[in-house]
Amino acid sequence: MSEALVASQAAGTDVSVPAASGARQFWRRLRAQRAALVAAAVVALLVLVALAAPLLTAIEGQDPFTYHPSLIDSARGGVPTGSFGGITGDHWLGVEPQTGRDLFARLVYGARVSLGVALGATVVQVLIGVVVGVAAALGSRWVDQLLSRLTEIIVAMPLMIMSLALLAIVPSSFPRPLLVALVIGLIAWGNTAKIVRAQTLTLKQLDYVSAARLSGWGTWRIARRELLPGLAAPVITYAALLVPMNITVEAALSFLGVGVKPPTPSWGQMLTAADVWYQAAPQYLLLPAGALFVTVLSLTVLGDGIRTALDPRAASRLRIGTGRKGEAKADASTKGASGKDAGTKGDVRTEGATTKSTNSKEATS
Amino acid sequence: MSGFGGFVLRRGVGTVITLLAISVIVYVVFFVTPGNVAQITCGPRCSPEQVHQVAQQLRLDDPLYLRYWHFLQGILVGQDYSTGTSVEHCSAPCLGLSYQGDQQVTQLILAKLPVSLSLVFGAMVLWLILGVGTGVLSAWRRGRFTERLLTGITLAGVATPVFVIGLVLMIVVCGQLQLLPFPQYVSLTDDPEQWAWNLLLPWLSLALIEAATFARLTRASMLETLAEDHIRTFRAYGVGERSIIGRHALRGAFAPIIALNANNVGSAVGGAVLTETLFGLPGIGQELVHAVNVVDLPVVVGMVLVIGFFVVIANAVADVLYAVADRRVVLA
Repeated sequence: MSEALVASQAAGTDVSVPAASGARQFWRRLRAQRAALVAAAVVALLVLVALAAPLLTAIEGQDPFTYHPSLIDSARGGVPTGSFGGITGDHWLGVEPQTGRDLFARLVYGARVSLGVALGATVVQVLIGVVVGVAAALGSRWVDQLLSRLTEIIVAMPLMIMSLALLAIVPSSFPRPLLVALVIGLIAWGNTAKIVRAQTLTLKQLDYVSAARLSGWGTWRIARRELLPGLAAPVITYAALLVPMNITVEAALSFLGVGVKPPTPSWGQMLTAADVWYQAAPQYLLLPAGALFVTVLSLTVLGDGIRTALDPRAASRLRIGTGRKGEAKADASTKGASGKDAGTKGDVRTEGATTKSTNSKEATS
Repeated sequence: MSGFGGFVLRRGVGTVITLLAISVIVYVVFFVTPGNVAQITCGPRCSPEQVHQVAQQLRLDDPLYLRYWHFLQGILVGQDYSTGTSVEHCSAPCLGLSYQGDQQVTQLILAKLPVSLSLVFGAMVLWLILGVGTGVLSAWRRGRFTERLLTGITLAGVATPVFVIGLVLMIVVCGQLQLLPFPQYVSLTDDPEQWAWNLLLPWLSLALIEAATFARLTRASMLETLAEDHIRTFRAYGVGERSIIGRHALRGAFAPIIALNANNVGSAVGGAVLTETLFGLPGIGQELVHAVNVVDLPVVVGMVLVIGFFVVIANAVADVLYAVADRRVVLA
């Protein structure tokens, strides 16, 4: 948030003008990072493949659910007939061992599950995190205590273990991908809430928020009009890192057989039996593993790029987004100072830990 | 209350409250599931008598707070269970009885615990050495080819799910090259050498992924410290680069490394579940996956609580260590 923005908002001018220039600056800074651009292109391609899955499989002339018993050799324990795991003109990437289902179709439909579940979980995490974080920062001391304790407890619950256990007790009639997204989202919102709370406490002390409060605005209006725009950068940054994490969690749960269940295809689930079949059909191992790797890698690189583009300090270090350097520096120093002011007991640690751990992968691997 | 002792005490009380809250949440979530709990926990093939027995064992007719109270009592002082004909005493900390053969959950967990602890602690040593070492190396060689190479490798490590790297390691090392046999757990007390050899691949799979996270963090915090004024002063005084990297810059990375290590205990336990399942190690993780698949609720609840216990304790210990490394935390 720049000084100019602070001034203009306090004066009551339209918020959209500086916000738009902020977006433009964001694009410029993102474009300046080549790795992030490549990653963004790969992510765009993956999303496209996921969206166009029915079209792609229609072109191939297959679907992910039909068994092809004629294409597997039951005498050899279910190995695909033909060389290279059954790759033919009809089955571009071969067929699944034992069932003979088309691998290409399962892979592209798996992209839908992978990306869909991860995005859904991220939306849930961000929604709960923002609501709880803002409420804790703006509410009375009692509300803050209660919500912060709750957040601590949620953070302390190991994501993999809890989702594994929760997935066991929900009846299997519930749509599985939706359930996995909900479970991940409901367990792993703690860090988002912590970041939002810390950031809101910082923003709350800025002059333009005090000005809004003095002019008689209600808490809700201040939260919506004055605080949410300032929360966008850290929340987007963190959400961008949550998506690849959620992809890994979904894959891990499906790998263990408690996530997305057959016949719905999922990359993690495809890997469950891969160690049995890798000699006869190496692509049964390599394709889902490679798809997971490329997806998580490109999303992580893109997330790093987004963080750099949104962090004035990092951007000025990289010497990109020029022309507003003085402003960026001033911004950085305000941020640091007010962060210390806002910090009560645990906050110094929380802030340090969260900015640091946004580097990292967090809950699962 | 102030000072370091007060901080530790406050943190300790907070930890106990967190543990209690987790036990309430876990208990309520798992034993207030929709539908006939007794039928679900007993399984579809249970006879009505068995369902009735389960309902009695779970005290399903009691109000919820009373049931939780009994559960808590079991953990603190132990409990008696009637198994149809005889009465079995389950001494504290009692986490209930498994529905698979009426085994005590506590005994079940204790039997599996050494495997999981061997896995996680061995991997932790590896990932701290590998991760911090890589981080220091790339901060030292910043701007050079070595740093770029290491940054690329660590990024790939961050992007690889633990079960993928484990799967690839197992297939390449045990399957293709046949350098090691497929891992089979041997107890440390039986044969330390075999114990280590058999755990080598699981350790590596778990550690490589976590090490990547640590390498990134170490590098980032060291570079941050290196940009600070006091380092410039050291340089101006003619302090050698090796001493600056090895002593002064590394010190700046200690606190965040401690914090991350605690955060990662939770993720490492999740990774351990995958590693155990993948390599067929008979630890808590594998047992949990099994219990989840057969909906053995007492085992699931017990395992989640025990794992949560370890994670919360790790976090509390890390907080105290963090305060030792950075006294500003206590003063604030």
